[in-house]
Amino acid sequence: MKSIPTEELETVRRIVADMKDRPGPCIEVLHAVQAALGYVPAEAVPVVAEALNLSRAEVHGVVTFYHFFRETPPGKHTVHICRAEACQSMGANALVAHARKRLGVDFHETTRDGVFSLEPVFCLGNCALSPAAMIDGQLYGRVTPERFDQLVAENKK
Amino acid sequence: MTAVTVYVPCDAAALSVGAEEVATAISAECAARGIELKLIRNGSRGACWLEPLVEVATAKGRVAYGPVTAADVPSLFAADFLNGKAHQLFLGRTDEIPWFASQQRLTFARVGIVDPGSVADYVANGGYQGLRRALSMTPQAIVQAVLDSGLRGRGGAAFPTGIKWKTVLEQMVEQKYVTCNADEGDSGTFSDRMLMEGDPLCLIEGMTIAGIAVGATQGYIYLRAEYPHAYRALNNAIAAAYQARYLGSDVLGSGKRFDLEVRLGAGAYICGEETSMLQSLEGKRGEVRVRPPLPAINGLFMKPTIVNNVITFGSVPTIIQHGAEAYKNFGMGRSRGTLPLQLAGNIKRGGLIERAFGISLRELLYDYGGGSASGRPIRAVQVGGPLGAFIPASQFDVLIDYEALTAIGALLGHGGIVVFDDTVDMAEMARYAMEFCAVESCGKCTPCRIGSTRGVEVIEKIMKGIDSERNLALLENLCDTMIVGSLCGLGGMTPFPVQSAIKHFREDFRAKAHLLRAG
Repeated sequence: MKSIPTEELETVRRIVADMKDRPGPCIEVLHAVQAALGYVPAEAVPVVAEALNLSRAEVHGVVTFYHFFRETPPGKHTVHICRAEACQSMGANALVAHARKRLGVDFHETTRDGVFSLEPVFCLGNCALSPAAMIDGQLYGRVTPERFDQLVAENKK
Repeated sequence: MTAVTVYVPCDAAALSVGAEEVATAISAECAARGIELKLIRNGSRGACWLEPLVEVATAKGRVAYGPVTAADVPSLFAADFLNGKAHQLFLGRTDEIPWFASQQRLTFARVGIVDPGSVADYVANGGYQGLRRALSMTPQAIVQAVLDSGLRGRGGAAFPTGIKWKTVLEQMVEQKYVTCNADEGDSGTFSDRMLMEGDPLCLIEGMTIAGIAVGATQGYIYLRAEYPHAYRALNNAIAAAYQARYLGSDVLGSGKRFDLEVRLGAGAYICGEETSMLQSLEGKRGEVRVRPPLPAINGLFMKPTIVNNVITFGSVPTIIQHGAEAYKNFGMGRSRGTLPLQLAGNIKRGGLIERAFGISLRELLYDYGGGSASGRPIRAVQVGGPLGAFIPASQFDVLIDYEALTAIGALLGHGGIVVFDDTVDMAEMARYAMEFCAVESCGKCTPCRIGSTRGVEVIEKIMKGIDSERNLALLENLCDTMIVGSLCGLGGMTPFPVQSAIKHFREDFRAKAHLLRAG
């Protein structure tokens, strides 16, 4: 396995040193790591564990419990498509099928060119304007397959 | 010439259909025409079907245009919309639009009206009157007012809020906590998001009153990671509240302390369950805790803790400001006050409708909602999120009331209503309910962790016509096991959509139905 660059490990050390004295800090630390690096590398786990006086298993357990944390680097853009009931009632399943085909990847995968990661999400709180999707934190409503293609094209630039 | 005031929402739903582009186009056009513009980014009024809804302040009050796209902006200027003139998107005075005029907004009174980040605007519109009053009351009197109002937890469980507060008040320990469950994960719900984005100070005020009432000095808002817009809005509002001394070591010069912080979840539906949320706030895996002890006695970091939903806290300022009696006068039976209902899914006019309890589902679906978006007949609605029962058209006269919905085997939950037209495959919805539970189960108890996976398998067999009758009986049996044996509501309620789908739409569970649909 390829290990992460020293400067990334330094970033993790700095984050955990800054935040370790907050109450119940593990998730906060992992959020900060993911915000800085795009994911939580396996090498970060022992560093976080030691600084927070937790076992590696405990930190690994937190990383893997939550859907939001990823253990591999994401693509340049992350596309979340809502799979929940309100979006289903307006054709989310067809949108998901279209997105898989259009990007050539399944959920939790990244396109070969490294541009898009596709992720499922259960509700974005945009249920009156279904189907909904989110790209890099930007919310989109009434996403038809045509609108999806348009958004993909805009982000590819 | 004085500046003209224009409102373009910064609510995530409005942004999702182009509000940012509209705001940019209006600013650019004003600059080009040399018009001095005061652009206010308000929350959403809640009519998602009219978003982006642009409002202009005129001598006759605020007038509305919608839904506006950036492409409409030149024609709006040509029609002189800045003076409230006619245009094909003109909707008249906003507060006279029937969809808004018939609502009873207490908790959402300021949402869409004020600038969410401005303490001055909040105070000018009646904000912080509740906190001022609370500071002149004894802790017991505040808790009594919440008890007397009849307010029940708006997150879904409908437990009397005042009883929780009273329990925490009675604990004689130094450190207590006030926590807000803002992990709004139910599909079809967005009222928490809208309040946090459109009037975050209302939530902050409600939590501050709770802290003053029970003697807690620290509050946490546990916000789901899927809500980045709400995260920014809350942090802006918290910073503004500290600046204006409504938060901090000396709240409004009372000598009382209340600190508040937002903590982000990380995409786990189960963390909407209160003990799982507390585990997550402590930085751990969101595994459900066995109760007792109750969070009110041993909650966050094992200290006495109030756990309430966003809308519950958001209802407190109006209760304290206007008194328990005023709030209690709304509603029916044991469901007192108002509920922000959310009309979602396949619906023509979806959005947020705050009404007193007692309105019928039919009125919501057809008078407010205007029927399905597709124009096809509404076949089923799911009320109360992914764990709520499916309700068939024959029961649309049910009233929005906790007990009335329970009486027909359904639940009100957080007030989300998801609409499906007649193309819905109810066996597939039942299968999805089990799949959702399998994905989101915390894994602590077996009926939920294993039962949901077995549930998916058995429904798939039924859909394929494999030993259907025997497998349907097995599925019913599995549902009973999950209901009786699960530790919390996820495993314990996932059977509700499944059982209601079988009960009301049994024809969809025949293999033939799936072969036909598959074409």
